[in-house]
Amino acid sequence: MREKLWIYGGLLLFLVGVTFPVWRDAITHATTQPPALEMPANQKQCVAPTDYMLTSHMKLLMDWRTSAVRDNNWKYTSFNGKVYQKRFSGTCLQCHSKAKFCDRCHTYVGARTPYCWNCHVDPALVKGATP
Amino acid sequence: MKPLVPLFVILAVIGLAYGGGQLADTRYLLGIVLPYAAIATFLLGFSYRVIRWAHSALPFHIPTTCGQQKTLPWIRSSWIENPHNKRGVLTRMALEILLFRSLFRNSRAQIEEGPRLLYTENKWLWLGALAFHWSLLVILLRHLRLFVEPVPRFVIGMDTIDGFLQIGAPQLLITDVVVVAALLYLLKRRFTDRRLRYISLYTDYFALFLLLGIVITGILMRYFFKVDLEGVKQLALGLVTFSPTLPAAVGPLFFVHLTLVSLLFAYFPYSKLMHMGGIFLSPTRNLANDSRRQRHVNPWNYPVKVHTYQEWEEEFHDKIKNSGLPLEKE
Ligand code: HEC
Ligand code: HEC
Ligand code: HEC
Ligand code: HEM
Repeated sequence: MREKLWIYGGLLLFLVGVTFPVWRDAITHATTQPPALEMPANQKQCVAPTDYMLTSHMKLLMDWRTSAVRDNNWKYTSFNGKVYQKRFSGTCLQCHSKAKFCDRCHTYVGARTPYCWNCHVDPALVKGATP
Repeated sequence: MKPLVPLFVILAVIGLAYGGGQLADTRYLLGIVLPYAAIATFLLGFSYRVIRWAHSALPFHIPTTCGQQKTLPWIRSSWIENPHNKRGVLTRMALEILLFRSLFRNSRAQIEEGPRLLYTENKWLWLGALAFHWSLLVILLRHLRLFVEPVPRFVIGMDTIDGFLQIGAPQLLITDVVVVAALLYLLKRRFTDRRLRYISLYTDYFALFLLLGIVITGILMRYFFKVDLEGVKQLALGLVTFSPTLPAAVGPLFFVHLTLVSLLFAYFPYSKLMHMGGIFLSPTRNLANDSRRQRHVNPWNYPVKVHTYQEWEEEFHDKIKNSGLPLEKE
């Protein structure tokens, strides 16, 4: 009888653990509604097609960094012919807000807070400074 | 030949899921119906098997030991290798489950020139198994970020450690490298060791190929053919909050990953993978070696009709007395 208590207790613990997402989401009233991202007000188009940006913006950033820092190539010609400076804060964050755009989405999908901000600055925090 | 059939089965599933990930109807089937069916099978099947085990008889008291048993107070007993109480059993179980202690003692028998039988240490299986299982656990916990909102703090913390090499973006995760290396080693072991190849079954290969398929599609999705994680999270949250949502644009690779995962969960309770639950219920491990102090009664014992000496003496009391033989009672 005592063994049965251990076994059923263990099984119950396992089931409670496996269903953790179900009851945790019930407690926090999670919905499938993604967070509202603040889109640039006066702009229509990102530096690359939106589909690509949505999934692969981190790759673009890495390409920019490598070609800018290593090959001294600072100009990025976008798919629609516009030319951008390969600047992290200086380009992305001129249109986008870090806190209300990048961070909101990253928090939602649980992306590791990009360590880039250890060095690169959020222009919103240094009003008037040149990026 | 044995590995080929499971390989083709997995490849067929991958092909079907890849195709199915492109059509609206089959997306619903693969993205919502299949995961629910799979997780229900997993939970019910797992519980069923554990309950069946709980009710099976334990005819003998059979802990396996490899240390000095507790005897006289002045002989030092090894309380972990040969546990005599609950504390010892729990410690031994914990070490077995968390560190695979018995695999650490794995040895290998070889016939050398001579012929001479040689036993050597072989820790590779232990290392490979440990690396695989721990990586898998970390990966599963990491996936919580897709199912839980807000994301628990420990999941992010775990990933910061996992990605501390800071290679590339998205950051290279150490567990991703380790899990593939470990799975490939576990597979290679079955291919290259002749004796092991002989005893390997379809199911052994099936489990390995299935896990490799899941892990490789996951890695492809993370580093190479990116999918829209926001959409994936909507789908995943929809599943666990019972409000199924099918986001418009998630790549077909995600459906391959999800289908393989569903297959794994549905297959789990019927397969050798149930060792996850079984390890806790192994009588060779979870019993204390106290059979000299505590009587273990076999539940299968047939009620045998016995006639004891006392009863016999009583029956023939007068005859024994008359013949002058000694009586125990007097
Ligand atoms: C010229 C202004 C501008 C610049 C510079 C810019 N973006 Fe965008 N970005 C936009 C606009 C506008 C959208 C919305 C496009 C749409 O809705 O189709 C967008 C969309 C995105 C999205 C997709 C969001 C979503 O949910 O659909 C991401 C991610 C993104 N940008 C990241 C970046 C990054 C990283 C950089 C720097 C490399 C950058 N953007 C530079 C204007 C810009
Ligand atoms: C250790 C500090 C540090 C970290 C962390 C860091 N960077 Fe940089 N980054 C630099 C420096 C320094 C430069 C050179 C700036 C220059 O020459 O103007 C640079 C340049 C860049 C550039 C091109 C030039 C510019 O001014 O934007 C990009 C793009 C970039 N980094 C992206 C990233 C991304 C993405 C991350 C995170 C994954 C990151 N960096 C993390 C220090 C850092
Ligand atoms: C629509 C959601 C979304 C938005 C908006 C967004 N990101 Fe991301 N970001 C992601 C996802 C998803 C990942 C990948 C996380 C993963 O795979 O774990 C990511 C990863 C990154 C990474 C690499 C992190 C790592 O794993 O090392 C960087 C750098 C990054 N984003 C920068 C930005 C910047 C800068 C912005 C704002 C201009 C931005 N992102 C906006 C979704 C988003
Ligand atoms: C047995 C279960 C599973 C295993 C072993 C597994 C394994 C993996 C692995 C190894 C990766 C590579 C990236 C990483 O390590 O985080 C990955 C990524 C991924 N998995 Fe899974 N997975 C499982 C279940 C699931 C489920 C149920 C879902 C969906 C709801 C899912 C969705 C994803 C997604 C979207 C990615 C890409 C993450 C990114 O881009 O960062 N996985 N998986």
